[in-house]
Amino acid sequence: MELYWFLGLSAVLFTIGVIGVLTRKNAIVIFMSAELMLNSVNLSLVSFSAQLGDVHGQILVFFALCVAAAEAAVGLAIIIAIYRNNLTVDVSKIHLLRW
Amino acid sequence: MESANELLTILPVIIIGTAGLLVMMVDAFTENSRTAYWITVLFSAIGLAVSVNSLFGPTGTSFYNMIAYGGTAAFGAVLVMTGTLFSVMLTREYLEKTGRHIAEVYSMMLFATFGMLVLVQSNNLVTLFLGIETMSISLYVLAGLVKDEKKGVEAALKYFLLGAFSTGFLLYGIALLYGASGSTFLVDIAATDEKGLIYWAGVALLLVGFFFKVSAVPFHMWTPDVYQGAPTTITAFMATASKAAGFVAFILVLSRALPDVRAEWSDVIWLFAIFTMVIGNILALVQDNVKRMLAYSSIAHAGYVLIGFAAATGAAYSAILFYLFAYTLMNVGAFGIVAYYEWNKGLDFTEIKNYAGLGYQQPLMGVLMSVFLFSMVGIPPFAGFIGKYRVFAAAIDEGLISLVIVGVLASAASVYYYIRVLVYLYMKEDEGAQVTLVKPGMLYSVTLVILAVLTLYFGINPGSLTDLLLSFKDAAY
Repeated sequence: MELYWFLGLSAVLFTIGVIGVLTRKNAIVIFMSAELMLNSVNLSLVSFSAQLGDVHGQILVFFALCVAAAEAAVGLAIIIAIYRNNLTVDVSKIHLLRW
Repeated sequence: MESANELLTILPVIIIGTAGLLVMMVDAFTENSRTAYWITVLFSAIGLAVSVNSLFGPTGTSFYNMIAYGGTAAFGAVLVMTGTLFSVMLTREYLEKTGRHIAEVYSMMLFATFGMLVLVQSNNLVTLFLGIETMSISLYVLAGLVKDEKKGVEAALKYFLLGAFSTGFLLYGIALLYGASGSTFLVDIAATDEKGLIYWAGVALLLVGFFFKVSAVPFHMWTPDVYQGAPTTITAFMATASKAAGFVAFILVLSRALPDVRAEWSDVIWLFAIFTMVIGNILALVQDNVKRMLAYSSIAHAGYVLIGFAAATGAAYSAILFYLFAYTLMNVGAFGIVAYYEWNKGLDFTEIKNYAGLGYQQPLMGVLMSVFLFSMVGIPPFAGFIGKYRVFAAAIDEGLISLVIVGVLASAASVYYYIRVLVYLYMKEDEGAQVTLVKPGMLYSVTLVILAVLTLYFGINPGSLTDLLLSFKDAAY
């Protein structure tokens, strides 16, 4: 079945995204990895949608894209604010709050 | 006129959405941020009144089954609007007195509330996703509201990165459930016959997404940092309204989309409830920062609420709703008092050691703090006691004795860190630095007094509310 190839690719991309979020130190790279997770899910949604012959999944993809765009706008603004305050975007060096 | 009637079913959403846009425009064209504040208070009060009214109205679905109204959804709207109204009322004076008044805060709070209202009314995973995201994105902005304050911006960054991460899990769960059932409607997912790997992976990922949003251990890492770093009244807003909205949506998903696999998820939630209660309480014991202590205490409270989810009966869901109501009142109150102490310059009034002897200087604030903290401990006659009692009772009816024993022991341990604040306020007079507290404003005191009175009222006389909540049983189950 062709569907499983798409789902497999989507799962692999999602896992790469998760590993990226957990291991990288640069806030922008972490954010890129989170975006990769969202986009891998979009791939799943589109392939399910095609398989089921149902349009709802594709509509949800449009919503997910909009949400990702809004998140990028807010997120990059926050990262700029972090850079202005700390002169770095390395999350391992930003630790006023812990325990 | 069908569509006009459908609009009435989402009236609170429309009111709050309009208010958000209006406040944004007013803020752009006027110098005086008080106008924006009063419009926000007015519309939040109207929204609260409308949602209280809808409690007694019909239940059903509208907008092609995308929205559920009445019953549990209506009470979710009441919870959200209560949290919003009171935290908005506290926000202006707090921000003005700490010299950081930024009028955009009101429109962002209203947009976050808009998302929460959509979330508690969702009957479809698409509406649910959009509600959660509208709420979260506005909250990221609110956490970093004061953009030249290092702690606040750091809180915003942590909230944003972990929030985006959890969104990935939630969306993946939604996608897999859609693939397994062929629909995103909650009722259609319940009707799935073939429960293969895709279905179970979808359920698991959806649960992980929700555990992040309600900060269950081990997905709680963002909570203390964000609650400590964000401006205090905004923390009150995040800790109450958004938490309550997340839990109500969790009830809707579990009871409507996954009722037939209840045995499986209730075991999982049993385990997470124990972790959340034990770790939340243990970490709260060692905190010296009051805001951070309250953050861990809110994790512990999430653990008590999860006991109700493990029981998963109609009575348990109604107990959860009551608990969330009590939790909203006492947490807005406690964070409000901490916010008041922060007005005073010179010392960091989120550190517990600086609270020494403050209780006698402004007796009203000291007494109110005692009321909220006693209610959180779960001492009668406050609402927190009734909430805990009803959740535990519902769990015992389902035979979850060991879970309830852990819950009772954990809340006994919690006495230490709540009472510790009062010990500093009243019994360490000599150790304190000599500070003279500023007088709280009239509106600020009145808001806090109302919260304390409600906490006391629903502790002494919970009958009418619990009867109402029990009547939702069929709608939610």
